[in-house]
Amino acid sequence: MNIVVCVKQVPAKDAPLAIPEGASWIKESDIGFELNEPDGYALEEALRLKEKHGGEVVALSFGPERSKQAIKEALAKGAERGVHISDDKFYELDPLGSAKCLAAAIQREKADLILTGLQSDDHGFGQTGVLLAELLGLPHATIIMNIEAQDGRLRLKRELEAGWFQWVELPLPAVLSIQSGINKPRYATLKGIMAAKKKEIAVLTRADLGVTSVPTQRIERIYIPKKTKKTEILTGTAKEAAAKLVEKLKHEARVI
Amino acid sequence: MKILVVTEQREGQWNRASFETLAAAQQAAAATGATISAAVVGKGVGALAKELAGYKVAEVIAVEHELLEKYTPDGYTLALKQAIADAKPDFVFFPHTYQVRDFAPKLAASLGRGMIADCVAMRHENGRLVFVRQMFQGKTAADVIFQGDAPWFASFQAGCFRGDQVEKGEGAAVRSVAVDLKPEQIRTKPLELFREAKQAVDLTQAPIIVAIGRGIKEPANIPMAEKLAKAIGGEIAASRPICDEGWLPMERQIGSSGQTVAPKLYMAIGISGAIQHVVGMKGSRTIVAINKDANAPIFEVADYGIVGDLFEIVPALTAELEKSKS
Repeated sequence: MNIVVCVKQVPAKDAPLAIPEGASWIKESDIGFELNEPDGYALEEALRLKEKHGGEVVALSFGPERSKQAIKEALAKGAERGVHISDDKFYELDPLGSAKCLAAAIQREKADLILTGLQSDDHGFGQTGVLLAELLGLPHATIIMNIEAQDGRLRLKRELEAGWFQWVELPLPAVLSIQSGINKPRYATLKGIMAAKKKEIAVLTRADLGVTSVPTQRIERIYIPKKTKKTEILTGTAKEAAAKLVEKLKHEARVI
Repeated sequence: MKILVVTEQREGQWNRASFETLAAAQQAAAATGATISAAVVGKGVGALAKELAGYKVAEVIAVEHELLEKYTPDGYTLALKQAIADAKPDFVFFPHTYQVRDFAPKLAASLGRGMIADCVAMRHENGRLVFVRQMFQGKTAADVIFQGDAPWFASFQAGCFRGDQVEKGEGAAVRSVAVDLKPEQIRTKPLELFREAKQAVDLTQAPIIVAIGRGIKEPANIPMAEKLAKAIGGEIAASRPICDEGWLPMERQIGSSGQTVAPKLYMAIGISGAIQHVVGMKGSRTIVAINKDANAPIFEVADYGIVGDLFEIVPALTAELEKSKS
């Protein structure tokens, strides 16, 4: 089973975000980046399916030069090849525009299965997998918690809301968006990291792929959200703050 | 201008978020002078359509077909594409449910259009609608506007508009849209729905909840939080990553994929406050947040906050509670 897994690099969880005045993207200098956590689950699922059914895993990423690191992590964990759509202006694209770039790169592969994480921790559009399915003309399913492959078909456990699940079946090739928590992602081994250095990362551009996209939406600006609730911050040592809190909960909020 | 609201039902039961989206549409309509069409999709949805007609909308569209009895992304996309061609809306609004995430971007793309998903607010400004959504896990907000030609697709996060404030109307006309669907067009086969955990604990009934997040760092630290829960008379719960790791059972997960709760006291400990978590607890009467990051979005919804090391604060708080009891 040949699998393309889409991986994105996003700001590290604890990265302090700075927004230039009137900007639609954060200031990228001085912060760390990491593999988008939901994509880590998709990658792990791709590797497990390959180990079970054979074939290869291709890690595909769309973004600036730094995105190569996400591909390298995938290669170190066991992906065979990488494809990097190099683009410094990736953040100007709407979800459909980004998906068109990814779809064009996937069309060059002979993929039986395309996996994405559920959403990215930066833009958080949560649309890529579903859009890829439409653009590639493939069936899809999202929020997947279990995959069983047999005879060119997949039996999938989808998560619904409020603790409900559903089994669905669909034929390959297909696109799946993987829910976080489906597996325990492995760590890269030293051997894996060394082996990754010899693996190929093909570099493409939007122009190479012939993708032009008319934007359907535009982010006018991003900003730190205004507080809608007045939060009373309790200060002092841990003991002092704890005592103040108990006092407030008892006599002000009257909830204990 | 016309707004089409696509409601959601399963086996004849409304997803209540449908009415929040209807409220959003009524607000947009009041500002822009738009009319509202409300659609209900499925098989045998006549009674639901009639109920919908009791709200302040211009018309109700019943999108019915044998093959729409169970949700499939192909079935819903093909059916709604035809309903949109019929109704010719400028905007198409959805509740941001798991089902909508599964097909609405595809529906928009099949028409060459885009979708602004997961909106938390909307305002009318300079003659256009500005949609507000979150980015970076709630650390930033973004103002987004549509470009290009209608129809424009948007979905609204649960809890951002008041479903109980939807305006009633005088009985709108209901009409059916005949859709053409063939079994071979539907590639996914939906099978049974099921629940996994027996819900040994019903967090929705707990008056006090002590919830932990990533800040707890490792399972060995959970007893510390459990001690606090015991001292304050609450149930222990968690954000998704903790349950993904298997540190607490899934049935104790609060958020969009877990339980939605509104206790009198909710303590969020080491939880940053990503929207997926916040939607499950923001209705709580009093919210306390303990986090080392003063900029964590959880403080947006907290009534009381302590910025600092939870490994110092939680034991101090437990001791303080025990002291006040004795």
